Amino acid sequence: MSATLLIDTDLCSGCESCVSVCPFSALSMADGKPLVNDQCTLCGACAEICPEGAIRVPEAAPAAGPDPAYRGVMIFAEQRLGRVAEVAFELLHKGRELADTLGVTLTAALLGRELDGPARELLRYGADRVYTVDDPRLEGFTDEAYGEALTQIIRSVKPEILLAGATPIGRSFIPKTATQVGTGLTADCTELEIDAEKRLLLQTRPAFGGNIMATITCPQRRPQMATVRPKVLKKGAPSDSPAGEIVPFNLDWSGISGKTRLLEIVEELSEKVRLAEADVIVAGGRGLQEAKHFSLIRELAELLGGAVGASRGAVDSGWIPYAHQVGQTGKTVAPKLYVAIGVSGAVQHLVGMQSAETIVAINSDPQAPIFDVATYGIVGDLFEVVPEMIRQLKAAGG
Amino acid sequence: MDYFLTEEQQMIKEIAHKIAEERIKPVRAELDEKEEFPTELLKVIAQSDLFGVAIPQEYGGFGGGCLENCLAVEELSRACLGVSTSFAASGLGAYPILLFGSEEQKQTYLPDIASGRRLAAFGLTESTAGSDAGGILTTAQIRGDEYILNGTKQWITNGGEAEIYTVIAITDRAKGARGASAFIVEKGDPGFGFGKKESKMGIRASATRELVFNQCRIPKSRLIAREGMGFIVAMKTFDQSRPGVGAQGVGVAQGALEEAIQYGRTRVQFGKPIITFQAVQHMLADMATQTEAARALVYAAARFVDSGAKDVSKISAMAKVFATDVAMKVTTDAVQVLGGTGYMRDYPVEKMMRDAKILQIYEGTNQIQRNVIGQELNKEGGRKK
Amino acid sequence: MHIIVCLKQVPDARQVRLDPETHTLIRQGVESIINPYDLYALEAGLRIRDERGGKVTVLTMGPPQAEDSLREAISYGADEAALLSDRAFAGADTWATSFTLARGVEKLAPFDLILCGKQAVDGDTAQVGPGLAERLGLPYATWVRKIEAVEEDRIRVQRLMDDGYDRLEITLPALLTVVKEINEPRVPSLKGKMRAKTQKIPLYGAADLGADAGQVGLSGSYTQVMRVFAPVRRREREMLQGPVEKQVHDLWVNLKNRQLIPFDVAGSR
Repeated sequence: MSATLLIDTDLCSGCESCVSVCPFSALSMADGKPLVNDQCTLCGACAEICPEGAIRVPEAAPAAGPDPAYRGVMIFAEQRLGRVAEVAFELLHKGRELADTLGVTLTAALLGRELDGPARELLRYGADRVYTVDDPRLEGFTDEAYGEALTQIIRSVKPEILLAGATPIGRSFIPKTATQVGTGLTADCTELEIDAEKRLLLQTRPAFGGNIMATITCPQRRPQMATVRPKVLKKGAPSDSPAGEIVPFNLDWSGISGKTRLLEIVEELSEKVRLAEADVIVAGGRGLQEAKHFSLIRELAELLGGAVGASRGAVDSGWIPYAHQVGQTGKTVAPKLYVAIGVSGAVQHLVGMQSAETIVAINSDPQAPIFDVATYGIVGDLFEVVPEMIRQLKAAGG
Repeated sequence: MDYFLTEEQQMIKEIAHKIAEERIKPVRAELDEKEEFPTELLKVIAQSDLFGVAIPQEYGGFGGGCLENCLAVEELSRACLGVSTSFAASGLGAYPILLFGSEEQKQTYLPDIASGRRLAAFGLTESTAGSDAGGILTTAQIRGDEYILNGTKQWITNGGEAEIYTVIAITDRAKGARGASAFIVEKGDPGFGFGKKESKMGIRASATRELVFNQCRIPKSRLIAREGMGFIVAMKTFDQSRPGVGAQGVGVAQGALEEAIQYGRTRVQFGKPIITFQAVQHMLADMATQTEAARALVYAAARFVDSGAKDVSKISAMAKVFATDVAMKVTTDAVQVLGGTGYMRDYPVEKMMRDAKILQIYEGTNQIQRNVIGQELNKEGGRKK
Repeated sequence: MHIIVCLKQVPDARQVRLDPETHTLIRQGVESIINPYDLYALEAGLRIRDERGGKVTVLTMGPPQAEDSLREAISYGADEAALLSDRAFAGADTWATSFTLARGVEKLAPFDLILCGKQAVDGDTAQVGPGLAERLGLPYATWVRKIEAVEEDRIRVQRLMDDGYDRLEITLPALLTVVKEINEPRVPSLKGKMRAKTQKIPLYGAADLGADAGQVGLSGSYTQVMRVFAPVRRREREMLQGPVEKQVHDLWVNLKNRQLIPFDVAGSR
């Protein structure tokens, strides 16, 4: 914890009532006075019980307005095993636009090992400055080290906006940083705009399984923090002659206890990855009626050189593993071609695939919402249509 | 319809319904196809305490009776009769102990059956004795502190899977029907083995095997009640269990009806969903009416049994015969409503129709049920004079 | 071991529909359920308890009727429950929610492990678990897909990542958020349901938690909802017509023209 319990030893009578009331065994007596250890959560039980009023919990007083010392846009640039995540480039492109609107600099925070190459790449994609913490202890991801590192960078650089990818890593540790810094955080945004006059970030995200969209702001606290869903923002073109600089950041490791130990990183190049990267996805839904009919989807996907996707309905029915699920609770995809077969188009599915360039929908129900987002629609029995698709492709030498 | 169930009875329905929807439906077709015993599903049912619905609380059960059992069985049967048969057969195997067992026998066996830790089964039928229970050839002879069993039981549900068996064997052939006795035999008893698993038309998730007794030795204490009580034990057991078979019929009929309605609403012919055609509507109306009538009779019979009434044979048989005939009719009609689709194994109704057939056969064929009803009518007529 | 499982009562997202005319949420008749991911957390907790002994306490913040979700959790096998409910808690964002839950957890201390679902299906933020951990100064892991081993003072878990998984060892007490791959939740039991009917569930309001009105609910939240609207879906759409062969053929020709498929199906009719 960054803040610690405030104990006035002059007022303390040594009655030990704080020691017995502490739910975390964080207090002990030394020379007749209480001593606090790192189990303390600032819960305040001791302060409440203390008859002398000798214990106080530090309370961050709510500011009247945002701290004007915070200026600039920062993105957290995620890398894993030396590869910068695509979403970092998407964030830089958006971040550039926001920074230009606000007339401020765009910086990036990069954690890991041997970061020269990745840092230069970030400069090429538009960062004015890249803060790096190059340390073997950051080679693998732990919430503790990453959270603490980003907190320290934010406290030092004081950006007014911080964006991170809504990836498993970003969504895991950014909430810790936001809590440490003491600011609001909006998860999994799909749109970002700026109210230049108020310097307010308008963060739009889906809720209720994508049934509604909400625009969220953080008026009082800085930085304004958001995680942004990968593949919904555009990536910019890299520059050949970037002007920015790389600034190594000195991390104070004393507050990092090492209670989380990364034992091993196991790579499993799963269907999920193939799905995220595929240019063509053929997805099946409840209309397939049972597991074995997914063979139709697989065959078509294979002919088109694509990956197999599925709606939540199909996954929930146990017809196909979760790794194939597209949608709010599955994977967000943006292929060039998305073929939805027997997928009704529940909103929760649509939010995961509607940014596909071309969408083909095949469904027996002409009212199915999937047709609302389709580029081409075929109303018909999929058990007639799909075999015909396969037949024609094969006849064409597919 | 509201059957004025108590809160506890509602709970049983809810839990069984949840298991049926979330656990049984997704795997029933596969279990049927592979003829696979539903070991995992029975563990889920065990964890939910349903095996104990009709077992008194002092033996680790829920303390319900025949109606509680029917409610659980009905909901499970809505999804799969193969699974519900495996479940209900354990209850059938428990009844002889529950109704006639000594305190020690109850303490030994009922808690395990109630918790689902051990599965039970009931063994009466033999190749020479089905509807005619008098044809039993299996014998039990007392020798010192033990009974020695010899003979073969046929088509025993849960055979080989269950660990606790209640079986009827002849202790004194000279006494005819009064020479039969009921015993508890455990899997692993010396000389007790099983025949091969039978291949069946339906309820293929359930396991049916022969019980083979070859100089099988069991302690004397495994005798249920007294020697000579075997037929009474069997008849009283059936009085309790037959409404449960009726409940299986109600459940499978309900399941088939729901599939038929669902299909009727989505299948479009001549530009309209087929449920808008009177021919289909009338079929569905009859199916629904028959199912509801069966349910009303089964619940009434179960409540009558639970009232402690003595002469429950007739109403119990009526519940079984009516509800299972309805099940056969409704499942057959459901296949008809679905047409060609219904005949395909891709849809659940053909399985329901195959499964339903057993209900008219086991635990006394429906012809035997009618005999029971007829004999009771004759008796009652005689009393009125 | 004392395991605290945090639950959220949510509207069943599968039942939430948009009114096609007004584009508003139709919430009528939508049941409240336990957030599905929290059921996996509950099951994980129950399994640890069944193996190691101890107790599972379920905790929720919500309106008074959220007590139903706690009773449901008891029917699954939870031993105890606590409800955090106060008008002042309403409108909390993840900042204020994790603050309030942290105060609630302190009422239940000491504990060894806190389990949460990876996210709630209504808000989908996945922020409360990590936020709660940070408030309590606990180490944590998100997206836990497997608990490998539980010891007195540590736990080993697998964390699901996009390209595989990480194996972590964490000192207890700690907090985990779990994904659905972790287990298959059990069904409620009859005995559990009976117990759920009668069990006493303590209720804590803001004053009981020693929280000021400015720390909880809407006024304790740093983020504000500025606008809520229906998602716009727009696309030029072409419904293909004619017999199946023609529709399929036209589709391939169109996709070919868009350079989405390498095949020439023109001659295949």
